[in-house]
Amino acid sequence: MGARILIPPSPKAGDVIDIRILIQHPMETGFRHELSGSAVPKNVIRQLKLDFNGQLLLDAELGTGTAANPFLQFQTQLFESGWFTLSWVDDLGVEGTERVQCNTRAS
Amino acid sequence: MQHKSVMTSGLDPWRRLSSLIAQCSLLVGVMSLGADAVAQFNAVGPGWLQPHERRSGLAFKSEDLQNQQNDDAINPGFLWVDQGAKLWSESPSPQAPSCQSCHLSAPISMKGVALKYPLWNAREKRLINLDKRINECRVKKQHAQAFPYESDEMLALSSWITLASRGMKLENSIDPSLVPAFERGKAFYEKRIGQNNLSCAHCHTAHFGQRLGGEIISQGQPHAYPAYRLEWQKMGSLQRRLRACLSGVKAAILPFGSEELLELEVYLNFRGQGLRLESPGVRR
Repeated sequence: MGARILIPPSPKAGDVIDIRILIQHPMETGFRHELSGSAVPKNVIRQLKLDFNGQLLLDAELGTGTAANPFLQFQTQLFESGWFTLSWVDDLGVEGTERVQCNTRAS
Repeated sequence: MQHKSVMTSGLDPWRRLSSLIAQCSLLVGVMSLGADAVAQFNAVGPGWLQPHERRSGLAFKSEDLQNQQNDDAINPGFLWVDQGAKLWSESPSPQAPSCQSCHLSAPISMKGVALKYPLWNAREKRLINLDKRINECRVKKQHAQAFPYESDEMLALSSWITLASRGMKLENSIDPSLVPAFERGKAFYEKRIGQNNLSCAHCHTAHFGQRLGGEIISQGQPHAYPAYRLEWQKMGSLQRRLRACLSGVKAAILPFGSEELLELEVYLNFRGQGLRLESPGVRR
């Protein structure tokens, strides 16, 4: 299960930038049943964190109302170059991480 | 059912006339090229679309969906493409070669490959599509277990390979060895099937652009697959989409990889000639 962190290629230091996150995950609600009648156990991304150079930017708790392969978008102001680290954990305890580098330019 | 009664007499007179003209011009074209060079067949029938009519399935979708497909950054199909790129360079076991060991860089070596499938395997006397070809390499060369149909790994590799041909046009020629398959695929497309007693042509040639419940009927073009469908909440192959239609008309659902579905793929690829490959597509 992979993920994509989408950032502008080289933003200006001090710019407000869009950060978009796309994660591959089935996001089973627990409400579905298989053809045999047995319930499909709930398995959603419980918690999702994004930090930048160790500083927490986003801490989200997703629930059963989020579609499969969730897409999140938010804005932040960036002053320096560094690494974004995305990490998440689902109900089965499966963890995932993804890193992406962002280089800012001076002007 | 309004569209049913319309179709009992075939197509409307204007469409019939235009297809007759196209039929003649196609035959003239074939004759002028010489009988040896080009296989003799007649593509035009109730399922055929004229070049100016052919449109991508995306043209019938909302602006939101179009944006989602056209922006690689938010196209969820790229999650599978990324996975495919990873699988391409990884060996399934330490002593086995990876895809990359033989085929090198996929964006270069696989360019145009997706357009060649399904093709006729003369030795085994059967059609193979890209999925089957991937598994052939996997079993014979990598000595690994074949990927099941519609598994994430299968879809990931096939969408990664198909991406190399994105933007290329579906071909306007057909290999002579594929002509019998093409004829059977065409017959299948035009044949009434299922409890609803509808052929593919009833919806996707005669009534595209019109509504069926909440949906707008597309032309049934194959060039966006493997595609991400919101209904499936994941990537799926063209065969899965064809099976969904078979279920829709309450016909017997053909198994994955069956000859009938492959023959239909051959017909659809030729019927959509001129459209540009746009996989990974996003559909409802």
